Amino acid sequence: MSSPAITKGELKNQPQNEEVNYLNVEHTISSWLLTGDHKRIAMLYLVSASFFFFLGSIAAGLIRFELTSPAGVVLESETYNKIFSAHGIIMIFQFLVPAIPAILGNFLLPLMIGARDLAFPRLNLASWYMFMVGGALILIGMIGGGVDTGWTFYTPYSSMYSNTQVTLVLVGIFISGFSSITTGINFVATIHKMRAPGMTWFRLPLFVWAMYSTSLLMILGTPVVAITLLLVVFERLFKLPIFSPELGGDPVLFQHLFWFYSHPAVYIMILPAFGIISELIANFSRKRIFGYHFVAFSSIAIAGLGFLVWGHHMFISSQSMYESIVFSLISFLVAVPSAIKIFNWTTTMYKGNIRLQSPMIYAIGFLGIFTVGGLTGLFLGGTGTDVHLTATYFVVAHFHYVMVGGTLLGFLGGLHYWWPKMTGRLYNDGIAKVNAVIVFIGFNLTFFPQFILGWMGMPRRYHYYYFAPEFQAYHIMSTLGSSVLGFGLILPAFYLTMSLINGKKSGPNPWGAHGLEWETASPPPTSNFLETPIVLDEVYDFDPVSEHEQDMKDLDKWESTTDHQSFPTEDHH
Amino acid sequence: MSAISNPMDHGHDHGHEPGLHHQYEDMAQQSETYIVGMWTFLVSEVMFFGALFLIYTLYRWNYQLDFYIAHEHLDVKLGAINTTVLLFSSFTMVMAVQSAQLKNRLKVMGYLAVTVLCACTFLVIKYFEYKSKFADHLYPGAGFADDAVKAFGNHALENGHVAVNMNHAQLFYGLYFGMTGLHALHIIVGIGVIISLIRLWFNRANTVIHDYVPTEMVGLYWHFVDLVWIFLFPLFYLMPLPR
Repeated sequence: MSSPAITKGELKNQPQNEEVNYLNVEHTISSWLLTGDHKRIAMLYLVSASFFFFLGSIAAGLIRFELTSPAGVVLESETYNKIFSAHGIIMIFQFLVPAIPAILGNFLLPLMIGARDLAFPRLNLASWYMFMVGGALILIGMIGGGVDTGWTFYTPYSSMYSNTQVTLVLVGIFISGFSSITTGINFVATIHKMRAPGMTWFRLPLFVWAMYSTSLLMILGTPVVAITLLLVVFERLFKLPIFSPELGGDPVLFQHLFWFYSHPAVYIMILPAFGIISELIANFSRKRIFGYHFVAFSSIAIAGLGFLVWGHHMFISSQSMYESIVFSLISFLVAVPSAIKIFNWTTTMYKGNIRLQSPMIYAIGFLGIFTVGGLTGLFLGGTGTDVHLTATYFVVAHFHYVMVGGTLLGFLGGLHYWWPKMTGRLYNDGIAKVNAVIVFIGFNLTFFPQFILGWMGMPRRYHYYYFAPEFQAYHIMSTLGSSVLGFGLILPAFYLTMSLINGKKSGPNPWGAHGLEWETASPPPTSNFLETPIVLDEVYDFDPVSEHEQDMKDLDKWESTTDHQSFPTEDHH
Repeated sequence: MSAISNPMDHGHDHGHEPGLHHQYEDMAQQSETYIVGMWTFLVSEVMFFGALFLIYTLYRWNYQLDFYIAHEHLDVKLGAINTTVLLFSSFTMVMAVQSAQLKNRLKVMGYLAVTVLCACTFLVIKYFEYKSKFADHLYPGAGFADDAVKAFGNHALENGHVAVNMNHAQLFYGLYFGMTGLHALHIIVGIGVIISLIRLWFNRANTVIHDYVPTEMVGLYWHFVDLVWIFLFPLFYLMPLPR
């Protein structure tokens, strides 16, 4: 650690007996299931969200397999509807929304701001239970008949006609939604009131700013979708007519309310990834982030604008043309803060001391993929092109570029970056780098052909395309890519788990990174810091001169050793 | 609410004041954080009911006369009594919070008990209101308001024919049962929360006797529930004849 300011407190925050940390302090099952420790709750979320991700991926695999032939392969239309609905519902409500906030955010937020825990530890635990109960109901619904409405539950199909387990699944999503609201409340209270002395708002790591913006969206958006879905449940169970067109109700009103949440929900999924990428880019370029304030406020701007663009999902509904024009204009505005981020990250890398370790490779992959995902969003935000592209594979490709290429890559990058902190173990960075490349290739092979398919007219949610057999080449390309991507997603499960068994012990700061979370032991003790840290230096305060000297030393060491796969900065201390 | 549910969560290594949880530095930080958390929760509640009010506004705007005729069946007197009961319960809640600030344990418990009593009164009156709606088949579904005159009075008739659009009247009652039902659910939750607060005060739990803020948080929730009714009452019961 070269910067003198950040080393303050480092020694006193390393426990005398390194063996006692949040993982080994207690071993009973009840010590996990009844814990109030944000780090343990993050681990519970990690295991359970990975499980849901696995289920969602199986559904995705079935979809891709079905589409390898123009006539479909194994699934009936009805089954196919249930499979893609299951894929969407599980991935969005049980993985993408909670993944980064509830796993990495939960773990890191108190560490990054120098707090002992989140503001409301029991509420935090309750949120995990709500997540699990919601998830269980969703799964029971899926197993006991499935849902065929798609993840969007458009009325009146969902409220009046669908004979599937819509009620059960909606109740599950409702409960799971409250887990998201309580997480948001916890984060907002924590960020406002639990910062360590000296941790001013503009010394907060950008990940914390991203978490703050995400929490605002969770608090303001989720209740709206919760009540909307509840009204559909009421309509199914108690015959309360709210969206029934035959009584004068307005089914399109459901779409308005649904997208009022579900567009911001897209930012709930991507903003945390932005936060991770800011951390990765700054720390692996070994430079202070370019335009800190702009990156921080662009997250808030995205959160704010996110509430004003829902109508761009409804250009082909009965929405008025003038409404569409306004929604379209505001949607284009979202490109501004997003571009600010991309440009600032790129500028941060410019003349930085870039270290291509596995988290950084994910981050660089993210930059490219998110740019494609963002720019194709402009096609869909324009009223003219959208009418041509609505409900085609172009839309599917676009949001997978943002959700998978953005959120999932950000999550994987963050998981690799903070894994040594979370577990105290180093994984094999060589395999991890190769894996990052596999994921990047697999991802693009899966979803880029879908842009072309969509442009040519392949509709989404169809399980056959015998009307256009020429699409098959692209579909097979996409399915091949999904196998590569699937391999790249399974591999980390193995080498990360292996690191727990035979990984080298990680020091407090294996990457030589900046941030309070790197000043305490890995894994951190239960109270995070043995003494409350006092923050005196700015965020990402890399000193250019010592960075250069350190880099020269690392280069010498790297050249003199045969083990190129170890972490070059490991021996800084 | 988490702070209230388990007052016995102690046993942390560093010494601190009774009633202070381990994640906080001092009582001031704890109280401020509680308040921020509670207000943030209430913001999400506003959004929750906000969507309902939006739906109500839209449909009432579209079907003004039908909503007016449908609302004729609601009993303004009972609604007004319920409004008074809730307003009074908010007053006793304020007194309970003030007594908590003054650390007057018996008064806190007394005022909270009166608040619970008011809440139960509200629910009983609500029960009789619902009952009369069911009696006249005003619950949405098949056979809705089969006797329109009995249900809505003579306003429903025009030249001897039923003038009210029964479909729109069903929408009105769908919203009525949905919105007042969810509000009643909040009242029931509130009763549970207040009773557990009384229990904490009764047991002299550290969580509440050293710091009035947990009591204030319950108070904030209760005022919110009250406030929702303050909007529901005029929207459903006090409708002017549309021009």
